[in-house]
Amino acid sequence: MMESLLKLHNIQTHIGQFHILQGIQFEARVGEVSVLLGRNGAGKTTTLKTIMGLTPASSGSITFLNEEISKKPTYEIANTGIGYVPEDQGIFAQLTVEENIKVAMRKETSEAFERQEYVLTLFPDLKKFWKKAGGNLSGGQKQMLAMARAFVNDSKLLLIDEPSKGLAPIVVEKVMEAIMEMKKRTTIVLVEQNFFMASRIGDTFTLIDDGRTVHTGAMNELISDDAMKHKYLGIG
Amino acid sequence: MDLLISLIINGLATGMLIFLLAAGLTLIFGLMDVLNFSHGGLFVWGAYTGVFTYIITESFIVGIMVAILTGMVLGFLMEKLIITPVYGNHVQQILITLGFMLVLQEMIKVVFGPNAIPVKVPDYLAGSWEMGEVIIIKYRIFIIVVGFIVFGVFHYILTHTKIGLIVRAGVMNKEMVQALGINIKKVFLFVFMTGAALAAIGGMLMAPYSGSIYAEMGMEFAILGFIVVVIGGMGSFSGSLLAAILVGLAGSFMAYYIPFLSLAVNMILMAIVLIFRPQGLFRMAKE
Ligand SMILES: Nc1ncnc2c1ncn2[C@@H]1O[C@H](COP(=O)(O)OP(=O)(O)O)[C@@H](O)[C@H]1O
Ligand SMILES: [Mg+2]
Repeated sequence: MMESLLKLHNIQTHIGQFHILQGIQFEARVGEVSVLLGRNGAGKTTTLKTIMGLTPASSGSITFLNEEISKKPTYEIANTGIGYVPEDQGIFAQLTVEENIKVAMRKETSEAFERQEYVLTLFPDLKKFWKKAGGNLSGGQKQMLAMARAFVNDSKLLLIDEPSKGLAPIVVEKVMEAIMEMKKRTTIVLVEQNFFMASRIGDTFTLIDDGRTVHTGAMNELISDDAMKHKYLGIG
Repeated sequence: MDLLISLIINGLATGMLIFLLAAGLTLIFGLMDVLNFSHGGLFVWGAYTGVFTYIITESFIVGIMVAILTGMVLGFLMEKLIITPVYGNHVQQILITLGFMLVLQEMIKVVFGPNAIPVKVPDYLAGSWEMGEVIIIKYRIFIIVVGFIVFGVFHYILTHTKIGLIVRAGVMNKEMVQALGINIKKVFLFVFMTGAALAAIGGMLMAPYSGSIYAEMGMEFAILGFIVVVIGGMGSFSGSLLAAILVGLAGSFMAYYIPFLSLAVNMILMAIVLIFRPQGLFRMAKE
């Protein structure tokens, strides 16, 4: 069994008066890709936002590197080594590709620039449009920029929210390849509705329904469990 | 021709003073989503502390530096004590900052006395240049130059430094900036103090221009500042310069040609912009 990196225990999250997360648990282990699955509105995005402290948990615990982070402000959580790629990508529309990455780069060390170079080999498009405003990129390029931005720091964990959403199949393929590459260097928690993609990249899965974790296990189990896929994902 | 030039110079000088006030206002709104109605208080406090220093030390430059210091200290206290508790709540912001504006204004009367205080232009900036028919008042040129320098410096900071980049990114998407590991509260404080210092400089420069200072000058200018923020686009630094110049020029020309409209012209300008470009001339697109 590999070492645990991130652990959520009985997470409850309220947004306004709504009780959105009502018992989320799962664990991400070092070097693995953990996939969060579940219907639209199940609470996957909110789970990632809660980890980031953007919609803080009202109770429960989140440990990262054996440290409780659920009460910390967002920026401190990010600085403990978590990179976040939000569902809407969060690109700074009026900043160029270069500036978007520069805002993200915490320390301008030679190591950080090496990572930047590496990330640009994963996404050559970004290099090509280096001086272009983020808002003028295509959907796929925005996704790549958001991933590059999260990866440019030495993050121990990446949270990626539905990277394939709204992209053409050929672009999805590229994004998937990039995630496979990133996986070699870091641990990933991935929200992905495209089951084909999820099953190819993921090592483990966590099924969320109505704000609760209903199942968690190895991806292989889910691949062969047609009943569960049908019940919670509406496929198979 | 001579008339035209002096109206333009007049308008530009007034515009620059409004710009100094509006620049902070627009960034504070754009980045922090805070409606700060006490910004005019910084303008008047900058003017009074600066002018008193100027009178005592006989140095205009030291006066400006004290005004800047006052702006930064007041800005720091205001952000910590008045603004922080009401982040995210516009109604509370309006109430508390309007209230604080009145407190600042009344405090001026308590500390410095209720009467207007005459202020002279320092000797080296007094007088005018004559070019044929045209008379150019030196102090107005001084204000215009300072305004452009301030704009240039801050434009450079916003576009070429990391902190400037973060401020611009924060105007577009606050959540994301924090998710990238940046303590936005520190950035807020920095922007607030900078904006406060700019307003205080504005007040100090205004003093010899209008010839006297009085407690209500802050409120009067703050209204022009708000109009400029709306016209220029909330959150747009360049927009605030352009709009301030527009408002300054419009005021100057109207006062000469159609005096009875000179007070209404800003409202009319604002209404026109709101009808045709409700986001303002330069409003940044929020991602
Ligand atoms: N800001 C919000 N205010 C109220 N309800 C919200 C808010 N954000 C999300 N929700 C609700 O929380 C539930 C989970 O949403 P989300 O986490 O985005 O789901 P998913 O990412 O799994 O599709 C949904 O029912 C959604 O309507
Ligand atoms: Mg979602």
